[in-house]
Amino acid sequence: MLDFLSAIFAIIFNLSTLDAAVRLSTPLLLAALAGLFSERSGIFDIGLEGKMLAAAFAAGAAAGVTGSAWLGLAAGVVISIALALVHGFASITARGNQIVSGVAINFFAAGLTVLLGQAWFHQGGRTPQLGPGARFGEVDLPGADVLKDVPVIGDIYNHLVSGHNILVYAAFLAVPFSWWVLYRTRFGLRLRAVGENPAAVDTAGISVAWLRYRAVICTGILCGLAGTYLSIAQSAGFNRDMTAGRGFIALAALIFAKWKPVPAMFACLLFGMLDAVAIRLQGQAIPGVGVVPVQFFQALPYILTVILLAGFIGKAIPPKAGGVAYVKERT
Amino acid sequence: MTLALELVGIDKSFGSVHANKDINLAVAKGSIHGVVGENGAGKSTLMSIIYGFYSADAGEIRIDGKPVSISDSKAAIAHGIGMVHQHFMLVDNFTVLENVMLGAEGGFMLNSGLHKARKELKRLADEYGLTVDLDAEVGELPVGLQQRVEILKALFRGADILILDEPTGVLTPAEADHLFRILRILRDEGKTVLLITHKLREIMAVTDKVSVMRRGEIVDTRATAETSVEELAELMVGRSVLLRVDKTPSTPGRPVLEVEDLTVRDARGVVRVDHASLTVHAGEIVGIAGVSGNGQSQLLEALAGIRKWETGRVLVDGQDVMADGKVDPAEMRGLGVAHVPEDRHRMGLVNSFAEYENCALGYHGDPKYGSGALLDIKAMRDDARDKIEKYDIRPPSCTLKTSMFSGGNQQKIVLAREIERDPVVLLVGQPTRGVDIGAIEFIHKRLIELRDAGKGILLVSVELDEIRMLADRVLVMFDGRLVGERAPDASEQELGLMMAGVTREAAE
Repeated sequence: MLDFLSAIFAIIFNLSTLDAAVRLSTPLLLAALAGLFSERSGIFDIGLEGKMLAAAFAAGAAAGVTGSAWLGLAAGVVISIALALVHGFASITARGNQIVSGVAINFFAAGLTVLLGQAWFHQGGRTPQLGPGARFGEVDLPGADVLKDVPVIGDIYNHLVSGHNILVYAAFLAVPFSWWVLYRTRFGLRLRAVGENPAAVDTAGISVAWLRYRAVICTGILCGLAGTYLSIAQSAGFNRDMTAGRGFIALAALIFAKWKPVPAMFACLLFGMLDAVAIRLQGQAIPGVGVVPVQFFQALPYILTVILLAGFIGKAIPPKAGGVAYVKERT
Repeated sequence: MTLALELVGIDKSFGSVHANKDINLAVAKGSIHGVVGENGAGKSTLMSIIYGFYSADAGEIRIDGKPVSISDSKAAIAHGIGMVHQHFMLVDNFTVLENVMLGAEGGFMLNSGLHKARKELKRLADEYGLTVDLDAEVGELPVGLQQRVEILKALFRGADILILDEPTGVLTPAEADHLFRILRILRDEGKTVLLITHKLREIMAVTDKVSVMRRGEIVDTRATAETSVEELAELMVGRSVLLRVDKTPSTPGRPVLEVEDLTVRDARGVVRVDHASLTVHAGEIVGIAGVSGNGQSQLLEALAGIRKWETGRVLVDGQDVMADGKVDPAEMRGLGVAHVPEDRHRMGLVNSFAEYENCALGYHGDPKYGSGALLDIKAMRDDARDKIEKYDIRPPSCTLKTSMFSGGNQQKIVLAREIERDPVVLLVGQPTRGVDIGAIEFIHKRLIELRDAGKGILLVSVELDEIRMLADRVLVMFDGRLVGERAPDASEQELGLMMAGVTREAAE
């Protein structure tokens, strides 16, 4: 038992595992915040996965062709916003079923990325391998050199805080920024209101549709960043199905966090941690347990979400008007 | 006399429904103007046009004598119109302050606006007697205070014309009186109030002038002081109506429904019915009065077998219901308990079904309607036609979807289905909610007839007038408890205090 605990301890509190956890939680965090804007405005979005995938492909393809990471980012964000607007049109203007629309976007992205990738690049759905200039490289924060030799703090600063690419910093800065937007601005107040009671917003003389469109555009931007991160920051090109369910894990994190930005960050870090541990444990035997199948760790975020929500952290109450199209009542 | 609001030739149709026909209405500045009419007479549509929810097909709206175009709520607010909707337009998990500010934040950043709003609301509270804790979460407030928040919202936006749509439906008589006091203060301060209601006594109590709507038209406008409840009722319905039901004193027989110490919890574990005991005898109507949300619904549902109870005993015609440890609606029906649910759309009818299907709903297993897995459609239709004739259900078509019937006729369908089963006990919730006056008269008569035929009736209604008119004994429910029994001729004030949780002893 002691062996087991110390082995687990050694794996978790290891700078490179923690470092990997930060990198792995970044796309989850961006996607979870993306979902937060949409769902807080009353539009359920299970199409996060599809938007991320399409953005990853667009970013990979654009960066591959132009050789510029920034153009890749722009392409990823634009395509993600476009899909978000499709979902918005289906849910807000056409008042369609939001789940069906989200599923459609997921299928659309899964199919079209492979098809276009094969047609354009003939590499089995992959985009071309990217050189350093076409990727977001690591950024050394000021002072990393100076602190290098300071014990503990220097290590943490050097490995954990410094030396990530710019999208990692963007993701973690997006947390306080989202909080500020939601709770300290007019837009945020209205956004939260429209997700709870759109009629209250309508009778206050605010356009429900325009407000919700703005919310899904926010979702599009953040999903675009998440997808871009996968293909041109974390990897050096797009692979088919490279999101691998992260859009759904992000949704689980969002529910886990009860649709709040800061808890969402911790949920994503937890899930990123599980992912990092799973990678380190791959094929390795844990003393006293043996080799744990990697699928177990992959399923853990979902299992944790269900178990913790069921008994430990209370009920997650979604925005009251979520999933329902707003129709003015004819009385 | 200057006019605050003038409507000229307003016309509005929804498809084939002509909701407002050539409406002309003049509302004097600094007055309380009532608009009465039955459900479906077009009052709400008219108000929605004034507030910019719908745009009129034809006609003109004038404010302070100038024609204005109100294309949306924003324009209405800009023209100084405020509205308190029947269903409050509030965000439950926001504070009072946030709710009031929504849409009038005063800048992109919230902080400066919050500060200003707090000061302004303090002033409004002092000026009009509208005190409410600004930092309380709205969902936690009682409805009377939620309504106050709605009024504050309108005033905060600078409303000079305040429209209230059925404002007293959810209030206790005392809360309603308080509201009327506030409305009078508003009027005396120069605001104009438009009060929409179907309750005639409210009109008499608080308005200066009253307009009556019938079938989309304004049929007459009178000075309130020069008219009477009877005259207004006649104008609303288009014929003379009996506002009182004739009934003889009851002759109670054996107990048919005995409830002892019943406790019911809701899904969240909150006690909704708290050790309630009551008895209904054959040949009497027992009324349960109370403000909506005090456990009457749960009591009724428990007795109908829809909701589990935690402790207590229920005897139907002397037979112990819980003898086998479980209860379900079919068992209660088998024992002779019929149930007219409070919300016919949610529980009483399947609106997309044909009338004849709804007539058999819940009793479809009866051999009368077919054998085995098959339904005898012809028998069902014949049966439905009988009911249509007997209960004067209009239009007389048993194949029409139930959603095409008016509220009153839908209610008659439910009543016909339940009463024609010849029950021992009839549980009735809100028998005349959303029902026009003509149908109310019919339903009330039918319930008295049923009583005189020796059935026991348990009546739940939030309309105190209805309880006092029909019931032979009145029980008052507050916060899950039956707080007392009174004769139906007890004063409204006394019953109102009990409904608000004040017992006579405490009041003295």
